[in-house]
Amino acid sequence: MTEDEIRKSYIEELIRVAPDLDAATISGGDHLQDDLELDSMDVLNLVIALSKRFGRDIPEADYPQIATADLAVAYLGNLPGESDRLI
Amino acid sequence: MAVFSMPSLGADMEAGTLVEWLVKPGDAVTHGDIVAVVETQKGAIEIEVFEDGTVAKLLAEPGQTLSVGSPLAIIAAAGEVDQEVPAPMPAKPSRAPSISSTGIAASPAARARAAELGIDLARLKGSGPGGAIVLADVETSKVSPEPIAAASDRAAYLSEMRKAIATAMARSKREIPHYYVSHTVDLSAASDWLDAANATRPPEERLLMGALLAKAIALAAAAVPEVNGHYAADRFEPSAEVHLGLAVALRGGGLMAPAILNADKLDLSALMAAMRDVTTRTRAGRLKSSEMSMATLTFSGLGDSGVEAMAGIIVPPQVALVTAGGPQPMALVRHGAVVAATAVTLILAADHRVSDGRLGAKFLLAVDKFLQTPEAL
Repeated sequence: MTEDEIRKSYIEELIRVAPDLDAATISGGDHLQDDLELDSMDVLNLVIALSKRFGRDIPEADYPQIATADLAVAYLGNLPGESDRLI
Repeated sequence: MAVFSMPSLGADMEAGTLVEWLVKPGDAVTHGDIVAVVETQKGAIEIEVFEDGTVAKLLAEPGQTLSVGSPLAIIAAAGEVDQEVPAPMPAKPSRAPSISSTGIAASPAARARAAELGIDLARLKGSGPGGAIVLADVETSKVSPEPIAAASDRAAYLSEMRKAIATAMARSKREIPHYYVSHTVDLSAASDWLDAANATRPPEERLLMGALLAKAIALAAAAVPEVNGHYAADRFEPSAEVHLGLAVALRGGGLMAPAILNADKLDLSALMAAMRDVTTRTRAGRLKSSEMSMATLTFSGLGDSGVEAMAGIIVPPQVALVTAGGPQPMALVRHGAVVAATAVTLILAADHRVSDGRLGAKFLLAVDKFLQTPEAL
C-alpha cells in the first residue's frame, strides 16, 4: 500500500466516524482531538475502523501515533516486524 | 383503537414536521416499530409506536408541521371499527422549525447511505416530501459546487439546535430550584483495572473510563431513586428503571442527550457498545423517539477537555444531572499524606423540590463506592 493509499484510507475512515467533517479541509497535520474536535469515543471508533481495514492491532499506547494523517501514514505504513501485534 | 400522536421528544420540543411515513393503512405494527420520521430542531428522529395493532388511518401528510400531541394516525386492535378523531392541529408557524431552516430533513435510509459514503447531508437538495432528502438524492449526489451554502445550512441547523437548548435550559432554570453537590473520586483502582483490561482486548472490545463512570452512576441511581425519574404535574414520579441520558457534543456547537435504556442492567461491554452506538447515531442523525424522551437521569462528561469540573443544568422533566470533569492526576490525601493519583470531580445538580443536599451526598458517595471495585461493575 502506498503512502497516498494509506492517507486516503485514513481520511475515509475518519469521515465515516465524523460525517460532519469535510475531507477537503483536513490537512495532514490536523490533530484529531485538538484541531478536529474528536472525543475519546470518536478516536476509539477510528482505531476500530483502522484496525479492521489494515488488519492489525493498534494498542492504546500507540494512539498518539495516529493522531494526525501524517503520523498515521508513517505508523500504518510500518508493518514489518510487528506481526506479534496482529489481532 | 388508539390515536398515535406527535410525541414530545424532549422538553424543548413544541412541534415537529412529518418527513415520511414508513407504514400505510392496513399494515400491522407492534410495540417498538419505527413508523415515521419527524424533523425537529434537533434533527430527524425515527418515531416508534407503542401499541400493537393495525394502521387504520393516517391523519397527517408528510410536510405538515404539527404540535406535540396532534393525532398522526389511528392504530386499531383486531376487530375494531374506525372512529372519528379530531383533525391534526397545525402548529403556530412562528414557533415551529421549518425544514428549510434546518436544511437536514432526510429519511433514515438516506442518512445511513450518506454516512457510509461520507457525504454531508447539508450539501444535498432533497426531492422528497417537503424537500426531505431521500435515498435517491444521496445516490445521485455530487460534491456541492457551493460549499459556502453548505456551511450556512449547517450553521442554520446548529442555530436551530441552539434555540432548542436555550428553550429547555431557560425553562429548567426558571422552574427547577437546583442545588449542587461536588465530590472528587479516587480513580486509581478504576484506572489500573481499565488499563489491564484494555491491554488484552481487541480495539472493538476496549472500554473507556466514561463507560465505568456511566455504569457507576446508573447503579447509584438504582440505589438512590430520588435522583432517577421525571417531575410531572407537580409531583415526582420515580422510575424503577434507569435510562441514562448520555450527553453527546456535536462539532461546531450543539448537544444531544439520548437515553441508554436500562443502563444499570448492562454489563460494561454491553454498556460501552451502547454508548458507541448511540454516539455514532447521534452524529449521523438517526436517533429513535424513545431515546429522545425516556432518559430518567443524564450524565455529561468533559473527559477529553482536561478541565476539573462542570456544574450543569437539569434536563426537564428529569430531576438530576451528573457532570464529570476530566479524569486527571490530583493531589489526594491518603492516610494523612498527600499523594498524586488519578481522580475525577463529579458534580450532581439536583431538584430541590424532590431531594436535599444530604440525599445528593448519599448518591455521589454511592457512585464513589462502585468505582472502587471496577471488576464488579
